[in-house]
Amino acid sequence: MPHALETRVLLEHAEDPRLATLQGYKELVDGYSTLEKAYRSMEQDEVLKALEDSGLRGRGGAGFAMGKKASFLPRGDMEKYLCCNADESEPGAFKDRELMQRNPHQLIEGIAIAALAAGIGRAFIFIRGEYDRQADILDAAVLEAYEAGYLGEDILGTHRNLELVVHRGAGAYICGEETALLDALEGKRGNPRLKPPFPAVQGLYGGPTLINNVETLSNVPRIVAKGADWFRQYGTEQSPGTKVVSISGGVRRPGNYEISLGLPTRDLIYELAGGPLPGRSVKAIYPGGSSSPVLTAAEAMDLPYSFEAMAEAGSMLGSGSVIVADDTVSIPHMALRTARFYHHESCGKCTPCREGTNWTVKMLERVVRGEATPMDLDIISSVQENIMGHCLCVLGDSMAMPVSAMVRKFRGEFEQVMAAGEAEHGIDPHLVVDLSPEALGAAS
Amino acid sequence: MTPVDGAGASNPNLPVDRAVTVGREPSSSPEQIPQLAEVDCPPELQERIEALMARYPERKSASIPALWAVQERYGWCTPEGIRQAAAVMRVTPAYLESVASFYDLLHTSRVGAHRIEVCTNISCWMRGGDELLDAFRAAAEGEDVFVTGFECLGACDIAPMASIDQRYFGPLVPGEAQTAIDQLLSEDAVLPEKSLERRPLAGDTEVPR
Ligand SMILES: Cc1cc2nc3c(=O)[nH]c(=O)nc-3n(C[C@H](O)[C@H](O)[C@H](O)COP(=O)(O)O)c2cc1C
Ligand code: SF4
Ligand code: FES
Repeated sequence: MPHALETRVLLEHAEDPRLATLQGYKELVDGYSTLEKAYRSMEQDEVLKALEDSGLRGRGGAGFAMGKKASFLPRGDMEKYLCCNADESEPGAFKDRELMQRNPHQLIEGIAIAALAAGIGRAFIFIRGEYDRQADILDAAVLEAYEAGYLGEDILGTHRNLELVVHRGAGAYICGEETALLDALEGKRGNPRLKPPFPAVQGLYGGPTLINNVETLSNVPRIVAKGADWFRQYGTEQSPGTKVVSISGGVRRPGNYEISLGLPTRDLIYELAGGPLPGRSVKAIYPGGSSSPVLTAAEAMDLPYSFEAMAEAGSMLGSGSVIVADDTVSIPHMALRTARFYHHESCGKCTPCREGTNWTVKMLERVVRGEATPMDLDIISSVQENIMGHCLCVLGDSMAMPVSAMVRKFRGEFEQVMAAGEAEHGIDPHLVVDLSPEALGAAS
Repeated sequence: MTPVDGAGASNPNLPVDRAVTVGREPSSSPEQIPQLAEVDCPPELQERIEALMARYPERKSASIPALWAVQERYGWCTPEGIRQAAAVMRVTPAYLESVASFYDLLHTSRVGAHRIEVCTNISCWMRGGDELLDAFRAAAEGEDVFVTGFECLGACDIAPMASIDQRYFGPLVPGEAQTAIDQLLSEDAVLPEKSLERRPLAGDTEVPR
C-alpha cells in the first residue's frame, strides 16, 4: 500500500508486474486509449495546446516547459526527430529506471503523442548502457507496440507514421547532456555542441529535434487524456503535477516516491523515506541530485519540495533526487567524491571544466590528507567561481555548485578535517617546503 | 633567410617555419577502410551489424551498437573485431577505436569472462561501497573475473550495489562478494534474493522500526 502522503499517478499500479506488458497496460490503466484518441481525432495544435496549458516542466534537470519546447520546432515537411533522454547517470537519480522497468508502455505512448504534437516521424530512446535489463524490457515493449499497430507506418490507419528505436549508450555521464546525446546517437564520441543553434532548430542529423526526459514524456498520455486542469490539481502554480522522487543515502527506506510537488521536504525525508538511520540525524541534503548545491538540514526541512522553493533557497530541484547525508558523513570527503565524479566524466572539451575539475579534486585530496592550508579553501572557492558560467555545457557548473556550497556552509568542518589530517600524518599545513636540490636529495 | 613559398612568403619579416612553407609529408598513407574480404568477419556478426545500421537514417549511428556486438562476440573490443566492424560499416578502424575509447563500458583491452562494476559514488560510498569493492577485488583474485569501481549506476536505492554481468544486485554486505563470485563461476544463479528485480516499489515495504 502506498503511503498516504504519496500521490501515485505515473506509478499507478506500478507494483503489478502485468503493467510491463501491453495487455496489462491496457487492462490496468486503459493504456493506449489516449494514443488512439489523439491519432484518430486530434489535430497537432490541439495536442500541443494541452501540453502547453498543463505547464508540465522538464523532469531531466533544467525544468524547462515541455509544451513550449515542443512548440519551438518549425512546421513543415523536413525530417524531425524526438529523442527521449534515458541516460539517467546523475548520482542520486534512479527514477527513470523505475518508470521504464515497471511501465515501459506509458513512456512509448507518451513518445508517440509528443511526436504528434511536434509533427515528428522518427524517435529514439537513448538509454544508458548500464541499464541493460531496462533496455531489454523497452525492446520487448516497443516490439509489442509495433505489432499492435501503435508504432510504424500508417498508425491505426490514420496515415500517420512513427519509427521508434531503443539506442543503448555505453557508459558516459556526459551523454545525458542533450547535445552530447545527439553526437553519441550519431555514432560519435559524446561531446557537447555549442548552443545556439538549439536542438529544436538543428539537432539530430541537422534536423529539428525535441529532447525530453523519460519522466517528462511519461506524463504526456494522462495530460492529453484528462486535460491541463486535471494535471494542475497536483503540485503548485509554478510546479504543476506529481514527481517521482528518488531518495537515497542515510535514510531508513531509500527508494522512489511519487508526490504532489510542493510536499514539505521534511515529510519526504521523515515520513516517506523513514528518516535517518537509528541513532543518527540529518546533516545536509542534495535536494536535486549531486549537481544541486547542498542544503543544511536546517535550511531544507521546512521548504516545500518544488522547483521555485528550491531555487529561492539557492539550490535546485534538478532531476528530483534527494541524497541525505547524516551526521556520520564527512562533508569534505563527500565534496571529494562529488568532484571526482565530475572530473572523471568531464569530456575535456573546455578548459575551465577539464582543468577546474582536475584541480578541485587535487586540492580536496590535499584537504582530506591534511596537507592543505586554509588558503586552499579560498582557492577551491575561486576555482569554482571561475568554472561557473564559463563552460560549453553545465557539467562544470554541476561540480562547482555543490562543491562551493559545501565549502561555504561547512567551512569549519573542512578546517577541522585539515587539522585532524595534520595530526594523523604529522604534516604541518604551514610548513614551507624546502625545494633546494640538496633538500630533495639530488646527487651532487 | 629567404622564404621559399607558403605562409611566410607574403611577409618577409615573419620567421619562417619550414613545416608551413614546404608542408609536412605524411609519414605513411592515410588509413584505409578495410575490405570485407580482408577481415574474415563471422557471418553472424556481419548480419547483426548490417541489421543495426538499417535502424538508422545514417549508418554511422550504429557505431556504439556495433561495438557492443563486437564486445559480445569477443569479450572485448579486439583490434580484429574492430576491423571487422569497420569493414562492415565502411568506416576506418581508427574511427571506431576513437568511439570505443570514449565509453567506460566498451573495453579496448582484455577483460575477464565476467565483469563486475561496484558503485563507489556518493550514496553507495555512504553505505559501504568502498569496502564492498575491496571485498569483490579480494574474492576475484586469480579468477577470470574483471572487477572495477564505477560511478553511480542509477540504483542508489539498493546501495551499496554492484552490477554483475549487467544485472543489478544490492544492498550487499562485503561477505556476499565471495558468494557471488562462487555462484558466478559455478554458473549458479547469483544472489537471487538480492536481485534488483525482486525489489518492491519503495512505498510498498514496511518502515523498519
Ligand atoms: C552533464 C549533464 C547531464 C545530463 N544528464 C541528463 C540525464 O541523464 N537525463 C536527462 O533527462 N537529462 C539530463 N540532462 C539534461 C538534458 O541536457 C536536457 O536538459 C533534458 O534531457 C531535457 O529534458 P526535459 O526538458 O524533459 O527535462 C543533463 C544535462 C547535463 C548538462
Ligand atoms: S563543460 Fe566539461 S563536459 Fe561540458 S563540454 Fe566543457 S569540458 Fe565537456
Ligand atoms: S551511488 Fe551507487 S548506484 Fe547511485
